[in-house]
Amino acid sequence: MSSAPRTATERTKLPYCHESFHNLQELRHSASLANKVFIQRDYTDGTVCKFQTKFPSELDSRIERTLFEDTVKTLNNYYAEAEKIGGQSYLEGCLACLTVYLIFLCIETRYEKVLKKISRYIQEQNEKVYAPRGLLITDPIERGMRVIEISVYEDRGSSASSSGSSTTSSSGR
Amino acid sequence: MTGNMHLGVEEPIRECQYNQICTHNSSTMDTPHTKKKKIKRKWQVFPGRNKFYCNGRIMMAKQTGVFYLTVVLILVTSGLFFAFDCPFLASNLTPAIPAIGGVLFIFVMGMLLRASFSDPGVLPRATPEEAADIERQIDTANGPSGPGYRPPPRTREVLINGQTVKLKYCFTCKIFRPPRASHCSLCDNCVERFDHHCPWVGNCVGRRNYRFFYLFILSLSLLTIFIFAFVITHVILRSNRTGFLSALKDSPASVLEVVVCFFSIWSIVGLSGFHTYLISSNQTTNEDIKGSWSSKRGKGNYNPYSYGNLITNCCAALCGPLPPSLIDRRGFVQPDTPQPVAQTNGTGACPSNQVQSHMT
Repeated sequence: MSSAPRTATERTKLPYCHESFHNLQELRHSASLANKVFIQRDYTDGTVCKFQTKFPSELDSRIERTLFEDTVKTLNNYYAEAEKIGGQSYLEGCLACLTVYLIFLCIETRYEKVLKKISRYIQEQNEKVYAPRGLLITDPIERGMRVIEISVYEDRGSSASSSGSSTTSSSGR
Repeated sequence: MTGNMHLGVEEPIRECQYNQICTHNSSTMDTPHTKKKKIKRKWQVFPGRNKFYCNGRIMMAKQTGVFYLTVVLILVTSGLFFAFDCPFLASNLTPAIPAIGGVLFIFVMGMLLRASFSDPGVLPRATPEEAADIERQIDTANGPSGPGYRPPPRTREVLINGQTVKLKYCFTCKIFRPPRASHCSLCDNCVERFDHHCPWVGNCVGRRNYRFFYLFILSLSLLTIFIFAFVITHVILRSNRTGFLSALKDSPASVLEVVVCFFSIWSIVGLSGFHTYLISSNQTTNEDIKGSWSSKRGKGNYNPYSYGNLITNCCAALCGPLPPSLIDRRGFVQPDTPQPVAQTNGTGACPSNQVQSHMT
């Protein structure tokens, strides 16, 4: 399984993606996967993409509640921004209609731009907050926007923790 | 259409992950093919009953015969119009007629191809871990059941804008369907905001291609009316000069065009009117047919997705943001991704076996 943003980096190569990806790769191969926790969608606002902020009990000992809720709330805000219906989306829609939607061969939609931002954010959160705690967030786009998948890893002894600390040294912890 | 029309720059990133070597400048497209044995793209292992063309760029339903009929009808009728009626009309009335006709025709074909070839909003099936997680949640909710006993239909209730909506569990895709999603039996996929499966377009009509479908039938109505009106005008003008029968003899194609247009107008204009009503009340064909939000069901029954305002509903449906495709047709299948095969190692431990074997 993988958590790195692949679909988001379709058109541009993010400069730090390769390096940090390399370190997360080490985490995945030095620790063993214990469990996967799934954060389901929250449909109370309709079909808008929004995830439940309820703190899952499996993560109780692994991460602070506030950090987790912050991550989910930020993601929800990003998705709300992507799906916002307002002046900019109308302009984009009308322009696209006039060009028989051929304009999307040249420029990317606002949704795609926000998805890239989300990818970068998840990458950053994984490096700074989740990987040091032995967790890894999978970008929801890779699960069809149904769930936020959080992989829970168990450290495999001191060698794992030393490689774990080397992965976190780059993030300055 | 998805952004997959762009160059597949995503390949080097996948390559980086698999080989644990970060080659920053690996931008050649053929590295996946030379280093690995046979890497498949996701569309090649797609579990639904769809057909893919152009290496995953085009996605259609299994039965496409009626779609070709649609294309032929439009091309032939428009072709005959431009070939036989336009020269007369351009010289005797105004050259604006073929110009406007041309623009309409291009728009119609563009929208048709867009509606037919894009992903309607298919929801990818659940990964094995997700499915297991949901099963566990359902089992704890329903309580233990005896062997061989099929549990009651799985539903979840959600309160949306004050209205209780039931989310159904899809046994094929192993997910709880989001609100307004439905499973298309012809394509064997769950589709978001499922409207209907259109054989004329050769695809499902769902969240991602509803606006293309609507613009297609709207512009086709205009084109049909346009051709009908101007062919009649052509025949009348000719009859004034040479008499009715000789006018028909001079321009036999006009008869065929009039017949095709006459029969098409009733159905297409009617359909456009129906979908205009659906858009203005923010309903899908599926919901309308089932009467989900009709007041006959109950006094307090209303559509929780409607914005309340006709204009906002229309704008949201036609000019809202275009969501991306969730199925990533042209992506490569990762070899260490757990395939949807039943694993019996217990909760959570199954994928770790794959990871460990990959490590050693």
